[in-house]
Parts: sequence; C-alpha cells; structure tokens
Amino acid sequence: MNLKTSFGMATALALIMAGGATAETITIATVNNGDMIRMQGLTDDFTAKTGHEVEWVTLEENVLRQRVTQDIATRGGQFDIMTIGMYETPIWGRQDWLVSLDDLPADYDIDDILPAMRGGLSVDGTLYAAPFYGESSMIMYRTDLMEAAGLEMPRAPTWDFVADAARKMTDRDNEIFGICLRGKAGWGENMAFLTATSNAFGARWFDENWNPQFDSPQWKETLTFYLDLMNDAGPPGASTNGFNENLSLFQQGRCGMWIDATVAASFVTNPNDSTVADKVGFALAPDTGLGKRGNWLWAWALAIPAGTQKVDAAKEFIQWATSKEYLELVAANEGWANVPPGSRTSLYENPEYQKVPFAQITLDSINSADPTNPTVDPVPYVGVQFAAIPEFAGIATLVGQEFAAALAGQQTVEEALEKAQALTRDEMEAAGYL
Amino acid sequence: MARAVSTQQKTINTVLAWAIGLLIFFPILWTILTSFKTEAQAINDPPLFLFFDWTLENYAIVQERSDYMRFLWNSVIIAGGSTIVGIIIAVPAAWSMAFVPSKRTKDILLWMLSTKMLPAVGVLYPINLIFIQLGLLDTRTGLVIIMMLINLPIIVWMLYTYFREIPGEILEAARMDGAGLRDEILYVLTPMAIPGIASTILLNFILAWNEAFWTLNLTAAKAGPLTAFIASYSSPEGLFFAKLSAASTMAIAPILILGWFSQKQLVRGLTFGAVK
Amino acid sequence: MATQHSRSAARVMMAPAVILLLGWMLIPLTMTLWFSFRRFLPLRGGDLGWIGLENYVRFVTSSSFWPAVQTTLVLVGGVLLITVVLGVLLAMLLDQPMWGQGVVRILIIAPFFVMPTVSALVWKNMFMDPVNGLFAHLWQAFGAEPIVWLSDASLFSIVLIVSWQWLPFATLILLTAIQSLDSEQLEAAEMDGAPPLSRFGFIILPHLSRAITIVILIQTIFLLSIFAEIFVTTGGAFGTRTLTYMIFQRVLESQNVGLGSAGGVYAIILANIVAIFLMRIVGRNLDA
Repeated sequence: MNLKTSFGMATALALIMAGGATAETITIATVNNGDMIRMQGLTDDFTAKTGHEVEWVTLEENVLRQRVTQDIATRGGQFDIMTIGMYETPIWGRQDWLVSLDDLPADYDIDDILPAMRGGLSVDGTLYAAPFYGESSMIMYRTDLMEAAGLEMPRAPTWDFVADAARKMTDRDNEIFGICLRGKAGWGENMAFLTATSNAFGARWFDENWNPQFDSPQWKETLTFYLDLMNDAGPPGASTNGFNENLSLFQQGRCGMWIDATVAASFVTNPNDSTVADKVGFALAPDTGLGKRGNWLWAWALAIPAGTQKVDAAKEFIQWATSKEYLELVAANEGWANVPPGSRTSLYENPEYQKVPFAQITLDSINSADPTNPTVDPVPYVGVQFAAIPEFAGIATLVGQEFAAALAGQQTVEEALEKAQALTRDEMEAAGYL
Repeated sequence: MARAVSTQQKTINTVLAWAIGLLIFFPILWTILTSFKTEAQAINDPPLFLFFDWTLENYAIVQERSDYMRFLWNSVIIAGGSTIVGIIIAVPAAWSMAFVPSKRTKDILLWMLSTKMLPAVGVLYPINLIFIQLGLLDTRTGLVIIMMLINLPIIVWMLYTYFREIPGEILEAARMDGAGLRDEILYVLTPMAIPGIASTILLNFILAWNEAFWTLNLTAAKAGPLTAFIASYSSPEGLFFAKLSAASTMAIAPILILGWFSQKQLVRGLTFGAVK
Repeated sequence: MATQHSRSAARVMMAPAVILLLGWMLIPLTMTLWFSFRRFLPLRGGDLGWIGLENYVRFVTSSSFWPAVQTTLVLVGGVLLITVVLGVLLAMLLDQPMWGQGVVRILIIAPFFVMPTVSALVWKNMFMDPVNGLFAHLWQAFGAEPIVWLSDASLFSIVLIVSWQWLPFATLILLTAIQSLDSEQLEAAEMDGAPPLSRFGFIILPHLSRAITIVILIQTIFLLSIFAEIFVTTGGAFGTRTLTYMIFQRVLESQNVGLGSAGGVYAIILANIVAIFLMRIVGRNLDA
C-alpha cells in the first residue's frame, strides 16, 4: 500500500465517519512538561464538548522524539496527534507526512496565531502544526543581586555586560553563581543555547554549500567565551545541567542570571516553587553588536500524521487545545500566569494578561527572532537554534557531547571544535550533502 | 553446614553481612522513603531520613496523571504471557536435549544462546516494519511474542541444565514399566522438574517485566507496560524527586514483592548447571 | 540408550523452539544485512539505492568507532570484574553462620528486581546529582567538593550502577555453588593447617570456576546490550558511548538506517567473537 492510496483511504474513511459524527478515541503522543500535563487534566472539557475520548501517551522529551520520529518514518500509524516542535514540522510537512491545518473553521481564527510561530510551523504558507505554546529565550536575573553588584541591567544588554555582571555577582562561598547556562549534551539542550549564541557572535553551522564551519574563528570565539564565562561564574557540574537542572538552581536562589526559554518565567515567578519569585527581572538575550541577538524560537505544536483514520476528531482536538477558549479555561482554573504563552496575538492584547510581568518581554523576544535569516553571514538553512534538515538532531547531539566534554574540562576548545568539524563533515557526507 | 563457630565469629559475620545487605538495599529504601516526602523535603539539606511529615500526596498525583492499573495489567500480561508460551515451547526442547542428546545438542544450545547477542537497536527498524505489516504494533500479543523470543534461549538453557540433573535410570525404570513417552514426561519427569520449572518461570517473568527497549518502542497507548509508565516521569520540568520516587516505587513494587516471596524457589533453580 | 523412535520424537519436540529462534534470528538479520548495503534515510525519502560497502567503511572510519569499542569492552569488563570479585566475597560471607541470613539474602537480591530505567533514574537524580544528590551531601559533610559523577567519572558511574544491578545475580549463583562445596574437604584442609588464603585458592576457587564461567557468560550476554542506563544518565556523552549506543544514535537520532544497520552487523560480529570465546570455555565446562 503506497502513501497515496492509504491517504485516499483515510480521507474516504474520515468522510464516512464525519457523516455519522461518531465519538472516537484518539491517541495523542505528548511531552511531559507542565503545560501538557495541565492539558491532560483538562481533557474532560474536550470530551464533554465533542464526545471524543482521548488516550494519552506521555513521554519524556527525548523518548517522545524518538518514538514519534520512528512512527512517522515507518508509517506506524500509532498516533492520531503528535506533539512536535518547530524543527520537525517543516521537514515532515515538506514530505507530506502531516495533514494540512489550513481548513480549520473561521472561529478558530488562524490569523490570530503569532506570525513568527505560524511562519515556523508552515511550509510554503501551509500550516502543518498548531502551536500549543511558543517560546523564545531571554535573560532572567536576580534584581537584588544585580543591585548588590552595583549594576543595572539594560533592556537589551551585550554579552560583555552579561559576562561582567556574572563575574561580579558570583559568590562561591554562599553558593551563588553569576550565570547558569545549559551544558548538558543534546541538540535541544546545550546546542540550542550555543547555536543561538553563536549567531550573536557571527558564527554559523554551514556555509552556503553545506560545509561545516566549526573551524571558523567565530565558533572558536563563541566557545571560548562560553567556557571562560562558565568556569568563572557558572555552577559546578554545569556540563550535566539542562533546562530542568538550571530551573531548579534558579528557584533555589543559586543563579544570578539565567538565559533560557521564556516559558521559564512563569516557573521562576511562581511563589509556590521559587524562593526568589519576587526578585526576578527580565531582559532580552544578549548580542555582540553584530546585529543578531542570541534568542531562539521554538514552539511545541500539535500535528496530525498523514495516514491516521481519525483526522476529523484529531482536528477537533487541535482546535480545542490551541483555541482562545482553552487559554481562558486555563486562566479560569489556574490564573493567567499559567496560560500556555507565545501562541496567539490576542493573548498579548488581553489587558488581564498584560499585567503578567513577563508578558511583554516574551512577546518582544519572540518577535525579534528570525528563523529565516538567523545568522550574520548567509546560510542555506532555516532555524535559529537549529538547522531544519533531518540530519541536524543527530549531528548536533554528537557535537553537543563534544562541547559538554570541553565544559567538563575533558578537552580543550580546539579539540572539541576539531572533533565537531570532523564528525559534522562525516555525517553530512553520509547524508549526501557533500 | 554444621561447622562449629564461636559466637563471636557469628556476631562479626552477622554485623558485616547486615551492613553490606543494607548498603546494597539502601538505594531502594531511599527511593521508597523519598516517595513519602513533599518535594521540598525531598531535596532538603541535610537529607531527611525518617523524621519528616509522611504524605501520600505523590502517589495521588502520579495516579491522577496516569492510570497505573492499566500499565500494571499490561506488564502482568506481557511478562506472564511470554513466560507461559516460552515454557510451553521450551520444555519439550529442553527435555529432548537433556535425555536424547546427539552430537549437535551442545551446538544447538550454544547457537540458541548466541541469538541473544543480537543487538536490539540494530534490528529495531526491521522488527518495526514487520510489526506494521502484521498489525502487531501496540498490541500485547506482539510484545508477548517478542519477549518470548528474547527469553526463549535462557528458558531452554535453564530447563536443560535442570533436566540433566534428573538421573536417567528413573526414566529407564519407568520405560520398563511400560510407560509411553507422554506418560514419562507427565508423570515421571514433570514432578521432578517442578522446582526447576518454577525458578525458570520466575527468572523469565522478572526479565520480561524489566525489559525496557522493545516494550517502549513498540507500544503507544494500549499495550504500554510499567516501563512506558516510568518513561513519562523521567526529567520533567523541574526536579521532582518525590514524584519520581513515587512512580519508581509503583513500578518496582509488584515485582519486588513477588521476588521476595518466591526467592527460595528462584534461588534453587538459578544455578544454570553451575552446581554438580 | 536412545532408540530411533525417541530420536525422531526428540527432533519433533525440539523443532518449535529451533524454528522460532531461527526465524527470530534470520529474518531481522537478513533485513539488517540488506539495509546495510543501501543508502537508507527514512527522513529523506527512504531507500535511496545500493551503495555497496560504503556504510561499512563509514562506520569503522568514524572517529567514534574505536572509542566506542573500547568503552564497550571497559564497561562489560569492569562490571564483570566487580560483580565476580564482590560476588565471590559476598557469597563466602553469606555462607557463614549468622543471624537473619534469610533477611540479608532478601536485601541483597533486591536490586535484581529493579527495572534498569528506574535504577538509572534513581542513581542519577537521588545519588549522583551534584547539588541535591545524596553523594553530594555526603561529600560536603566531610568537607570535600562534591564530584560531578556523570561527567567527571561518567563511565565509572555507569559501571557502578550496572554492577549494583547485577551483583545480586552473581552472588546468588556463586552462593549456591559454594553451598554445594563439601565442607568435610574444607575442614580437612583446615586441620592440615592450610592457611585461609591457600584454602581459598586451592579448594574454593577451583570449585567455583564453573559457576564463575556461567556468571560471566550470562552477564556478558546482557551487558553487551546495555542501553537504558546510558540513555537515562549521560546520553552517550563523556566517553560513555558504547557500540550499542552508537548504533542507536545512527538509527534513531540521525535516522540513518543504512549506516546503523552496518553498525549492527559489526556489533553482531563483536558479540559473536566474545560469544565464541566464552562458549569455548563453557562448552568445555558443560562436557565435564
């Protein structure tokens, strides 16, 4: 059975089923982060409205990515909806592996989706995944420590300022570290941060002919700067710190600054979990004056794999989960600060939401990220903290392991970059780019 | 073992053995303890051992998030089903190897074991394709088959070593009495082999219960066992030690309890022919 | 003693197991072999044609291949060494008279029942975490700087975790073997004035050799395919990338099925070299 006939059959089946409007059970693969867990808790609202039942497959991020990629690549058909990111969507959409979402009804108000998110989740103007929440990256800092260091954080700082402030805020005796940055190996962990940061330093992954650029002086500068800063002002064991570990450190009051996903803002300002909830300030991710800020763009989005026989029910779910009404539902239950951010323009126009301290900076960060033109020098790829080619995740994880080893002091900057260059070239050759 | 030993020596043995035993057991104990703490107490500095406010809150949260019983039931079916099918296939094979050995018996046995060396990751893609063709993805049947095949060599080998210890004369005596092959197996061999079969069943149940590669990669919503359950609790946003501990405790408790109750049977047959 | 009749009956009885395992081995193996000669990239259109031995060459010439082989051998060897040495000592201790032996045995056997994923998660978060882990607290209590286990002592940490899981298995098999040792023989040696060390070397160890071989064989089979412990703790970073993990990265992370399959074939070859080596020994022991 080839893809076309199976797709045709699926459509035919969907038509038959839509006629009867029967209640379906849809299977959704999703990631185990706070917003998604919250959505699972609210599934009853969806079932009450549509009659469809939902079965959840909740997995840790790495396992999820492995499962859904394997499923879509082998046409396994295990899931009616997959939670995927801005990296997968354009690649899979281009292969016609996802169902187009352009025909959602008018009251869904597709034009309300933030342009940056819609752009990142579309291929040639066709939307293939609906953003559940979106994020960029920014600086979160401790206002009290900044003041004690005698500094004032500008709204758009440079890397030199951030490095200087980090060193001044560090107080190792009291276990206060000037800056917490990702160090844990993984394309979605340290490499998301480092790739975005390298853009600010004028580096790039590939030149226009797909030649890896880790031998460039810009990458050397990026990595040297990062390692020096982390050695002077970072927490111990930074090479195993990812988002979660840094979040926990920041909430315990151990970090002066933390540059990470904008969604973290609601966690660090939540007095239930954070000991420093009332002392957090925000600023845009730093730059080096070359015209690019090191802030990434990401969305966790819901997509329907082509081949599922429950397209209509799946679409109904996506409509529900990414609608304005869902945001209001969460707001009513948990307060506006816990609403999944970064997906809709109307949220940021809502006067209630504007009271949330990090609303505007989140929006500004998202709007200033430019996936189609991410670097100082031209590149053949799309994406700020990634290159939207199928090979990237694998390569970047391997490169990330070399960089993490450098951060752990197991090799020098030169060795790490040399290995990164060699293995990236290897993989790109294997994939037929070079 | 009636070696004469002074009380002093016995005391030293006891203290030493208990200390080592508790040390080895400590990670499990600590997980269980942590599961009854609040998140704040779980990362308290200094660590809290027994004196904290015991709470069941983590278990409630975990249960609310995922339907534990469904995962548990899948685990029971997959581990139990694969063990039973495996035993049914392995008993005759092991019997014939033990009592009608030919020149090639040992080669066959070693070859069977060598199939266990097939790296699972290497064949994931082919197996995935086959499962799609057969409609076995995310079914308990599919996993029962895979788990059975993975453990079959171990089952055959364990049973073989056990059967070999049964003296052949008994069989010959039975044969003289006119017992057929069927009777021989049913009434003579089986009763003698029950302890060996029991411990084979136990070991394979444990191995199948804890297998985490195939069970994770070939399931989605329906057939996922406890290994899939635990996969949704690793590294969520923030470090939730208490909830992780509660989920871990729930995942290992059934097999731990089963193992403890049946450890005598398990140990008795766990020799793989190492004892003569 | 076997008659012609029972011989053919035996063949029939063996058939289901043999046929099943033959299928289980041959079908995926053939497919893996087939993929390994092709440029097979599921995310870039699937099967893109025959490329001969390119995948094989690429896999071995990759800068991470030999380190991965080395890591695999160190991991397997380290765990075997720890579990066998500690297993023998522990088995000898448990063989001594003591109070509460049954309970101690229950305590020691427990790690064997814990899922690899769970034990990796527990060790990683609750013991080896450099800030909140129990080891960090312990080190601090003695005024030392906490060790960042999973990056600074990564392979050792994984060896530790895996050894913890397999020590019960080794101990139990060795204990059963020790218990079968004729105590009169030992007592006689004791009376002859043989010092404990030579009693151990000349009587206990030879008696255990068979059990030790079994432990090594069975554990090697399971250790060669260690996956969850690495996936959960380091993800292959800091020199913990084994051959199995490298294949995983090729097949699932890079989605290069052809290259990963070639790696799978290499892994099968490595496993079989180890297996032949081991089985020679066991095979001899089985004859005895």
